[in-house]
Amino acid sequence: MKRRDFLKGCLIGGAAASLGAPSKSWAVGSFEGYPDAMGVLVDTTRCIGCRSCEAACNKEQKLPEPDVPFDDTSVFEEKRRTTEKAYTVVNRYETNDGQKPPYRKMQCNHCNEPGCLTSCFVNAYTKTKEGAVIYNGNVCVGCKTCMVACPFNIPAYSYSSAFDPLIKKCIFCYHTRLKFGKPPACVEICPQEALTFGLRSDLIKMGHERIRETPDRYIDHIYGEKEMGGTSWLYLSRVPDDQIGLDTTLGNEPVISNVKDFLGMVPMVLTIWPALFSGIHLLATRNKDHGDEHHNHSEQEDGKK
Amino acid sequence: MKKLIASGAITVNSPQKSSDRKWTFMEKLFLGLTLPQYIGQALRNPFNWIIAIIFAVGIPIILGRFIFGLSWVTHSSNDYPWGLFLAFGLFGMVPLSSSGFLLGTACEVFGRHDLEPIERLGLLNGLLGYFFAVVFLLIDLGQPWRLPFPMVVSFGPAAVLFLVAWHVSTYLSVQIAEVSVSFFEWIGFPIGVRAIRKITLGLTVSGIILSTLHQGALGALFTYAPGKVHPLWYSSSFQWIHFFVSSIPGGLCMVITVSTIASKTMSWRFDQRFKDSLDRVTVSLAKGASMGLATYLTIKLMSIAHDNKWAYLTTGYGQWYLVEIMIGVIIPMTLFAYAIHHKKLPIIRFSALLVVLGIFLNRLNTALITFNWKLSEREIPHWREVAICVTVYTIYIVVYRFILYRLPIFYQWKTQEQYALAYAAKPETTILKDTEPALVFASKTEAKAFRNAETITS
Ligand code: SF4
Ligand code: SF4
Ligand code: SF4
Repeated sequence: MKRRDFLKGCLIGGAAASLGAPSKSWAVGSFEGYPDAMGVLVDTTRCIGCRSCEAACNKEQKLPEPDVPFDDTSVFEEKRRTTEKAYTVVNRYETNDGQKPPYRKMQCNHCNEPGCLTSCFVNAYTKTKEGAVIYNGNVCVGCKTCMVACPFNIPAYSYSSAFDPLIKKCIFCYHTRLKFGKPPACVEICPQEALTFGLRSDLIKMGHERIRETPDRYIDHIYGEKEMGGTSWLYLSRVPDDQIGLDTTLGNEPVISNVKDFLGMVPMVLTIWPALFSGIHLLATRNKDHGDEHHNHSEQEDGKK
Repeated sequence: MKKLIASGAITVNSPQKSSDRKWTFMEKLFLGLTLPQYIGQALRNPFNWIIAIIFAVGIPIILGRFIFGLSWVTHSSNDYPWGLFLAFGLFGMVPLSSSGFLLGTACEVFGRHDLEPIERLGLLNGLLGYFFAVVFLLIDLGQPWRLPFPMVVSFGPAAVLFLVAWHVSTYLSVQIAEVSVSFFEWIGFPIGVRAIRKITLGLTVSGIILSTLHQGALGALFTYAPGKVHPLWYSSSFQWIHFFVSSIPGGLCMVITVSTIASKTMSWRFDQRFKDSLDRVTVSLAKGASMGLATYLTIKLMSIAHDNKWAYLTTGYGQWYLVEIMIGVIIPMTLFAYAIHHKKLPIIRFSALLVVLGIFLNRLNTALITFNWKLSEREIPHWREVAICVTVYTIYIVVYRFILYRLPIFYQWKTQEQYALAYAAKPETTILKDTEPALVFASKTEAKAFRNAETITS
């Protein structure tokens, strides 16, 4: 191979590598959430497990008939999770302090820096300025990485659909209500006012207020204020959070922080490797008389000698 | 096949059939046999019957997956979004396919001409491994027809998978270009051969970049789920390094394993150069692999020490972790050290197989077996899921074999002049030499069926 060909080769190599270059422009921000983000404060001490929110969500989001009617309390026998048919579920948790067992509603927490959003390679998720994390089924490829990346195990997938399987999760009633400044269906129907809709910043103040006013009713912590970089849906509880099924081992760093190490290394490899390996090649082949020949020819010539 | 060759059939290894006639394309396709001969040898091969049975069961199931949907074939659930297809097919096959860039780098960049006889096998192994990893991905994707979306419709550049998608697809084309040299030689298209040779170095260097990144990226995918992967298999700063480094011994050992199987089943396809150098090359590869394993073990220990996870080693998961490290790293490393020193090739080949299994086990553990360790229920793959994996893997073997039978991977393509020379000098002996039974190696474990493949016909 002649020197000129060598350079040409390197150029092509560089071009091929830079095809992957959009990956350079990742966006890792220390994003604190939109100032106008709305949220919901879930006061689990008020929830009575009536499941009306489940019913309201089912109707609002036009979900299929539930397997068990919404007034059936036998569902509390086991722990349920969100599925393609239910964007929100209420679970009952046993505690050993002799008081009546707490219930907790669960749905997408609408994270400030959502794991689902950062992991999606076609950008199917959007965090709107109202705080909702919505999903665009028209581009979703179905890799299910978002389900792996959601620290709260929220997104569900319609595995049963052969031709149009999609991610199914709570979207904060964005298209029908939140966009117009209206509270979501589940909040509106709650008979106990266990769910409070408002500006996230106000809700945090309100939460701390409640804790201060009635300290024996709550533990001194709002789950979601800081967890995983903060979430739009926040929880107050009487018992330690892990007893009502909230994962307390997650820490306050959003998912993206874990991935930064790797993403930060990418541009380095893209820029350093070509020079490094081309250099090694020159060194490794410099002192050989047929070093520039292609191997097959040189081999065969060697064989003949 | 060996019997046929002994009875006078000649193998295709140059454009000329005899001094005055070229092989036609059909003849090349049928390995220089007549059609009845070809069909005869295929039918006499019991391995082909096994394949037929696997296909008869597996292909309808694959079709069923696209008609009835994923829930018909998998137990993947909302809690376990990635099932066997990705754990085995994508995460398991990609590291074993790093051979393409490793051998490319060694030969083209580091100037290790002594490894050249096996370079093409390395490249082909890489190409096929990646290709079938993508096949597995297509089966697992909810909407596989949208696979090009991250390239053309909607970009999510902050996502690790975006990187994987771009790099794997670019790298696939790089590998196709690299392997196409053999193909161009075979169909007789010298312009193509020359064109690719000119850019070989560029291709190789871009191969290194892309491989480093996406091997690592597959590991980095798990950093999205810090709480779900068991801490022993997880490390937020080292995860991508683990995946990248373990792919080095993985790829090299896969090449050793494939060449071992081939030397038992299709030695008629080897030329003298390959036969003479196989043992020497195997030792070199094993040396590389042991260095890789040593590095891998070190960083594994480092990451445990770094996050102080020693306590987990005493749990059930910890013992399973130790089993994995023993099978995949420590035992093969010890065996390699002994066998390289004493030039015990059977042991080298056996430990290479252990490494391959160890890599599979590691990826299965990370993606499936210990995933969601905090949840109580484990996911057990559906039998149809297993059937699909076996079928796709069988297709992989069949394609692999099809190519090795034909393209100049194990042998060098003779140009017209060389053929004339050889023909004039000693027409019979060169051909007969190729038919001598290859050295018999003692590695036993993998794919008995594979070994049977040619014994009957030979
Ligand atoms: S809770 Fe899960 S699904 Fe909802 S925004 Fe956060 S990461 Fe996404
Ligand atoms: S499954 Fe769909 S939404 Fe989720 S990460 Fe993949 S492409 Fe994005
Ligand atoms: S916010 Fe809307 S979509 Fe979400 S759980 Fe409530 S009703 Fe359902």
